[in-house]
Formats: sequence, structure tokens, C-alpha cells
Amino acid sequence: MLLTVQNIHKTYQTADGPFAVLRGVDLTLDAGETLALTGESGSGKSTLLHLIGGLDTPDQGHIHLGELDITTLDDNGRAALRRGTVGVVFQQFNLIPSLRVSDNIAFQARLADRYDPLWDATLAERMGLTPHLNKYPEQLSGGQQQRVAIARTLAPKPRLVLADEPTGNLDEATAAAVLDLMLELVSETGAGLLIVTHSTELAGRMSRRLHLRAGQVA
Amino acid sequence: MTRATLQALLSHWWRNPLQLFTLLAGLALATALWSGVQAVNAEARASYDAAAATLGEGQYDRLVRRDGQPMPQETYVALRRAGWLVSPVVQGRLDGVRVVGVEPLTAPGGIGPVDPVQGGDITEFLSGEGQLFANAETALALPDLNVILTPEAAPGTAVTDIGVAQRLLGKLGQIDSLIVLPGQPKGRADLAAVAPDLTLQPAQGGSDIGRLTDSFHLNLTAFGLLSFAVGIFIVNGAIGLAFEQRRPVVRTLRALGLPLRNVVILMGAELMIFALIAGVIGVALGYGIAALLLPDVAATLRGLYGADVSGTLQLRPSWWLSGLAIALGGTAIAASGALYQISKMPLLAAAQPRALAMAAGRQAVVQGVFAAILLCVAGVMMFTANGLIGGFTLLASLLIGAALALPLILDRILAASSKIATSVTAQWFWADTRQQLPGLSLALMALLLAMSANVGVSTMVSSFRLTFTDFLDQRLASELYIRTENEAQSAALVAFATPRTDIILPIQSADTEVAGQPTEVYGARDHATYRDNWVFLQQAAGPWDSTFGGQTVLINEQLSRRAGLNVGDAIVLQGTSFQIAGVYGDYGNPIGQAVIGEGVFATLYPAIIPQNFGLRMDPVAVPDFLTDLEATTGIRATQAVNQASIKAISLSIFERTFTVTTALNILTLAVAGFAILMSLLTLATMRIPQLAPAWAMGMTRSQIGRLELVRAVMLALLTAVVALPLGLALAWALLAVVNVAAFGWQLPMYLFPMDYARLGLFALLAAAIAALWPARRLARTPPADLLKVFSNER
Repeated sequence: MLLTVQNIHKTYQTADGPFAVLRGVDLTLDAGETLALTGESGSGKSTLLHLIGGLDTPDQGHIHLGELDITTLDDNGRAALRRGTVGVVFQQFNLIPSLRVSDNIAFQARLADRYDPLWDATLAERMGLTPHLNKYPEQLSGGQQQRVAIARTLAPKPRLVLADEPTGNLDEATAAAVLDLMLELVSETGAGLLIVTHSTELAGRMSRRLHLRAGQVA
Repeated sequence: MTRATLQALLSHWWRNPLQLFTLLAGLALATALWSGVQAVNAEARASYDAAAATLGEGQYDRLVRRDGQPMPQETYVALRRAGWLVSPVVQGRLDGVRVVGVEPLTAPGGIGPVDPVQGGDITEFLSGEGQLFANAETALALPDLNVILTPEAAPGTAVTDIGVAQRLLGKLGQIDSLIVLPGQPKGRADLAAVAPDLTLQPAQGGSDIGRLTDSFHLNLTAFGLLSFAVGIFIVNGAIGLAFEQRRPVVRTLRALGLPLRNVVILMGAELMIFALIAGVIGVALGYGIAALLLPDVAATLRGLYGADVSGTLQLRPSWWLSGLAIALGGTAIAASGALYQISKMPLLAAAQPRALAMAAGRQAVVQGVFAAILLCVAGVMMFTANGLIGGFTLLASLLIGAALALPLILDRILAASSKIATSVTAQWFWADTRQQLPGLSLALMALLLAMSANVGVSTMVSSFRLTFTDFLDQRLASELYIRTENEAQSAALVAFATPRTDIILPIQSADTEVAGQPTEVYGARDHATYRDNWVFLQQAAGPWDSTFGGQTVLINEQLSRRAGLNVGDAIVLQGTSFQIAGVYGDYGNPIGQAVIGEGVFATLYPAIIPQNFGLRMDPVAVPDFLTDLEATTGIRATQAVNQASIKAISLSIFERTFTVTTALNILTLAVAGFAILMSLLTLATMRIPQLAPAWAMGMTRSQIGRLELVRAVMLALLTAVVALPLGLALAWALLAVVNVAAFGWQLPMYLFPMDYARLGLFALLAAAIAALWPARRLARTPPADLLKVFSNER
């Protein structure tokens, strides 16, 4: 099993007191499998994605990537996990505005010491970014920027790809095109894909779907 | 990983070259001003050390005559025969150069010439064939003598064999002092028995010049620090803004797997590299500034303290290393807050730029408390500060407290203005200005410091100028001053001038010590010139009558303050006690002075024959008088100086004294103007989202641009209004506390409203010029850029 999430709990302190976002969530994901995580706003989808991606730590429960329990890792260990094993595609793209498109694509692979110029070139071409490699992110449309973000995530060939509303900022046609590409490339690398989305159409294209309601799997 | 991260971090600066320029230029300017001042200080101190080494000042006990006059060579011989290990020294001035004669065979090591670089011949030196050792600058003043170049020689000083010095200085058979060597033999004869007219001056562990000029160098250092602080405001602003803009990038870097520690270390390293580059540029600029300032500083030190300082600059490791160190240290201080915030920034917080206004709001309370504490300290120090350290503590708390309080004061004024605004545009203008305040506050604080320093220093200098000019009129009352070459000329002058002048006033003095302070004792002739012109700060009844009568003494303010002497106290001169009858102002004199009657002076110092005279006469008759004087007595016209020339020389020395501070003032104001320009330019890039709604609701782009200009000028005006009282408080502290501690005299404070108005206009002009370009850029923002604000694709 690529990913095993067991009995995860997470509570945030708010002005109105403690708020339990996740209350005992379990899920699994195999390599090459795609999973859509759906649910209403505040149901805990993004929080769960952040915990799996090592961006945050749970209050209770375990998350295994293969044999590795990532809840036992310290800050440096989680950083290393994010560099090479898990790739995250953010809704807001989170590109580095001062780097050109080519450098943005290569960035995470270089951090992980897995930079492969050929694979980078392939990703750029498949994403239709080759004419834009020397541009800066601000010179691209939203769809193009999201494609750069996906290419950057796939460049180090992570075992698990996490995507938080990857097409949330895009129009319907662009969203469909971007998703097609992502599914194609993830499938080629054999990675697992977990997507957080509101879109039923997008969720319908995943091999499996999990619905969260009030911090629990419905 | 490191390479990729550094590339990502550095790419920010390449994409924002203006920000990089601001950072480097701010730091380079700050370092330049600091290291320039330090270079001047280092050069001056090296000169003092060289002078001290030449004469062994402060290192060895000395024997001198009680009356300050030279001793006969026989005294030296008698002491040597009595077992005293002493070495003779003769010194005097020749063509403006201080000529020092030593006896190499008996002088202690380290005194006299060292390592001549060319042509040195110790045999020639010893044989008394006229060889002198001096640096290249000094050698130029002695073209007819055999001068060997020695870089280590003290500036303005030539060292030679004692026989040569005696011949050159016309002091044959005379010795000025005897150096007492360490390890004197036991059982040597008592000094009182061998040479009863000599007195032993103990070593003081440092040269007098060094101590006297310490306060001057402290003043320069304080100015250097103020300039550096203004520069660091720019650096702090640039770093703060850059880090603010890079917060999302830092979050992305961390989300992509870069450990927090690496982010902080790399961002710190990146800044240190910039600091090093800017530091090198700053040190080079500082060298240029120092080279420009040094001649004026040298003239100041010579005029004010009689200290010879080399007019040329050398590259000394101590100052360029300190320049680099302060560039790195200043950057570390300016960046520490921003780096701390980065290290505490949660990874998952909203990845958007935190509004500067929100941050300022949180800091406002802390800043207000600090400002209040510092201003309270300044308030207390105004009544209690004493001495240089106290004076500078007062200045620092006043300036920093006021700078910290400035944004809060401006915020209150803007809030009050927005309440009384009636039109929609005015309301938006005031509200928008308040929003800009946090981003501009560092530049405005820099402007406040620069302006108040300008007001303070110009008030001090102008007050000094007024007082000093009046003082010169009082003290240089004689129409003609003549210096004779010998006793015979003195007698001839008196005989010739007595029937042709109203009065001849001999100017005669002896060097001594009063209450541990080096003091010149003058013997004055009873005349209305003194009674009518001299101004007392304290006096007993009829001070001149009792002084001319030989019962009392008058002392200058410096001696009064340094020795704690007041009217009614007694001082002892040559074993005779005199009560102090008055304390007079004596501006520009570094040491103590005492005036006694001519008669009692002649009794106490019988060996001194006056060779300087002031002549009271009709100014119109001066040219004819000089012609007749030369024809009758052989006293040349070149030995005479008229009143106007002396005043002109004195005033020119005085003007040069403050050239350095004026130059630093202008530089500091220029740096503050630069800070405003850079702040406005960098803010302009962040202004589009704020201005787009106003544009969308009907304001034209040119209207927005004009308002940007008005805003900058208005903020500069408000800052100037705060700077004026602060500058006056600064002037008061400089005149009443720092000046007294540094120079020994207090000056009355005058106000110069026209100067302040002119400075205010300059500041407004600087702000307008600084705002012009950013305002023009904003006014020309393409509509497409403004529209992007409302688009999801931005």
C-alpha cells in the first residue's frame, strides 16, 4: 500500500474555542491509483491533504507512506519528504515569481537532487509550455501557471501527488485540459494521486472517491 | 539544494533591481559616512602618536624650568655629572615646521628619527652636519635644508641633532627640557641641590594633545554614527520591504521541502554577501570623503588645539576593517527583525503579503512605549546631564525617542485631518495617506533626524559665530600687533612707539599649571582696553582694580570649569596666592588662562621679556607708522600684523572648524532625501491594488499622480514641523552640555528663523523631487495593469 491513513484527528484553536476539523479519518491509496477527496467547505479536505503532505502534523493517528510513519518525522524529516516523495499542487499555484518558467519547473527536482533535463523538457512539451520557458509567471495565464505548477510537482517523479483544487481557478475548458494532462503524466510515472475538489465532474474521473463530512469519512 | 535555493532567493533582487540598489546604496552610503569619519580620526590619532613618539610625550618624566623658559646647557652638564640620566631636547618653529633637536646617544629608544627610507646616514646625523628627518609633506616646507624622508615622522615636525636644532632655532647653549630616563642610579644628588630652578613633570600616560582632542573626535564619531543610523534606516526599510514581498516565496520554498533553518541561513548569507559588497563600496567612498575632509580637519585641529595632523590620508587596516565590520553589523541589526519573523512564520498561514499597516498597528504600542521612555530619559537628562557621556546620552535619547514617536504623531495628525475632511477625495486622500504611513515612516524618521541635526548644528555654529565675532572685537582691540625678535628690538619698539601711540600693551605670558590644568599666565598693563572690552561671566567688585593692583587674578571659563574654580577661590602662581576676582569668556582657546597685573608678573617671572605688543593708535596712521618704524629701528613690517588680518585669520580658522560638521550635515540630509526617494519608488510598485479602486470609481490617473506628489510634500512638511523643536532642543544640548564638556565653554543660544525656513524649503523641495518620479510612474500606469487588480488572473 502506498498510503495508509489511520484514525487521524486534528483540532484548531479558534476565537470561539477548539474546533475539531478531522475526527478519526481512515483511508488508503495504492500506487497508480487516483482518489478524489470531496466534501463541503470546512469538512477538513485541505487539512487532511496538508497532513498527508507533511505540511502539518496530526494531533492523533498515523500516516504511513509505504513503511514510513510520517507522523514520527521532525521538521527536517517532513521537509525531506516534501522534497522528493510527495508532490503538492496548490490551488494558488505558488510559483516563484522571480524565476523563469524553466527554472520554476526544474526547481523542486533540483531541491530533491533529481533534476533530469530530458524529463523536464518532456514535461514542458507535454504541458504546452515550451514557447513560454523564458517567461516569468506573471506573463502567463492562470491555466498556463497551473500547468507550470503541475510540471514542477511531477519533475522529481514523486511517489504520491497531492492536488488541492488544482483547477479551482480555471475555466471549464482549461480545467479539463489541465486535468487530462495531469492524469496522463501521473499514470506514466506510476504515482498515486489524491485530489481535493468540489467538482463532481473532476471527482468522477478518479478511480475512487471519498466524501468527508464534518471531519469524518461519510 | 543550496544552489537552487540561492538562485530562487537572488532572483528576487534581479527582478527588483531598484530594491537591490536601495539596499546596496543605503548601506554603502552609511558605511561611507561612518568610515570616512573613522579614517579622519585614525589619521589624526596616528599623527598624535607619531608626535608623542618623537618627543616621548607622556612616556617619560621631564625636567623643565619652573618659569617655563629654556635652561642653560650647563644645567644639563651639571645634572649628568651629579648622576642624573637625562637627555636634552630643544624645540621651536622654523618656517611653520616644528623642529625638535635630540641627542641620539642619550635619548631613550623610540624617540627621534626612525628608519629613514632614503639617504639616511647616522654618522652625518651625529656629526651635526645639518641632517633633518621629516615626512615628505614637511620636507617641502624646508627646501634649503638637508631633509631625509621618514614616513613615520610626526606631521609638521622635523627631528634633528640638538646642535643643529639650536643653530637653526637661534637657541645656542639653550635646552627646553630634559627627558628623565627610566632606571636612575640610586644615590644621585638631589635635584634641588643641583638645579633648584627645575621642576620634575611626571609622565602622564598619554599625550596632552590626545586628551585635548578626544572630545573633538568624539563629536566627529557621534556625527558619523548619526549618519550611519540614517543610512541604516534605508537598509532596514529595503530589507523589510524585500522580506515582506518574499513571504509567499518563503512559504513556497518550505512547502516544496526546504527546511526552515536552511531558508533563514541562506537569507542571512545572501544579505551578508550584499553587506560585504556594499561595505567595500562604502569604504572606498569613505576614503574619498575622508580625503576631502582631512585638510579641513587638520586645519581645525591646528587652529583649535595646536595639534599637527597630516593633511594626507593613508590606508590604515584599522579603519577599513571597521568600515566592513560596521556594514556587516549594521545589516545584521537591520535584518535581525525580518529574519526572526521569517523563522517564526507558520508554514500554512495564508500565503499573501501581510499588510504593512497591520504590522505597524501591532508595533505601534511597543514603539510608543519606547518613545515615551526615551523622551522621559531625555527630559531628566536635560536637567542632570554632565560631561560628554551624559551629553551624548541626552542627544541619543532625544533623537531616537523623537524618531520613534514621529509615526505616531503623524498618524494622529492624519486621523484628525480625515475627520474634518468634507469632500470624498479629501477623505480618501487622508485615509490613503494614513495607510502609506507605515511604509514611509522609516524614510520620514531619517528625514527627521537629518533635519533636526541640521537645525541643531546650524544653530550651534551660528550662535558660536555671533559670539565669537563679538569676542574677537573685544579681545583684538589693538589696532596693530608687533612681534620683536629680541630684547633689543623690544626696547627699540617701546622707545619709538611710546610718543606715537595712545598706549603700548605688552603681551607676555608664561606656561604653568594651575590645579593640575595646563595654563598660560599673562601679565596685563592697566588700560581701558581691558576694562572696557572684556566680558566677565562671573566677577567680584572691581576686578580690574584689584588685578592691576597685584592682589587678584582673573581666569578664563575653561580653567574655571575644568578646575572647579570660582570667584573668591584662590590659586597659587610661583608660590604666591591670588584670589580670583573674575571669570571671563575665552572662546577658541583650548587651555586654561590666568591674567595678573603687569607689575606682579614681572616679579614672579623676571626672566620673561615681552616680545609681543599690542599698539593702540589711530588706524589711519598705521601704514606711516610701520614705514617709520622699519626705517628707525629695523623692525620689519612683516613682524607686524594689523587687527583686521588677525581677525580674518581667526575667523577663517573658525569657519574651517565647522566645515567638517557642515559637510556631514549636508551629506546626512542628502541620504535622508535618498531614503524618501527609494521608499516612494518601492512603495509605488505596491500601490496599484490600492489605487485601482479609486481609479475605477472615477479618479483620473493624473489626479492620482498629483495627489501622490502632494502627499510626499505634506508628510515632509509635517516632519519639518516636528524637526524644528527637536533641532532646537538638540542645539541647546550641544551648547549647554556637549560644548561645555568638549571645549570648556558655554555659549549663549541665538535663534535663526530665516535659516530654519530655508532648510524647511530645501526639505520640501527634496521631498517633491523624490516624489516626482514615483508619482509620474503612477500617473502613467497602463489601464491594463489597473484592471488586473480586479481579475482572478493577477
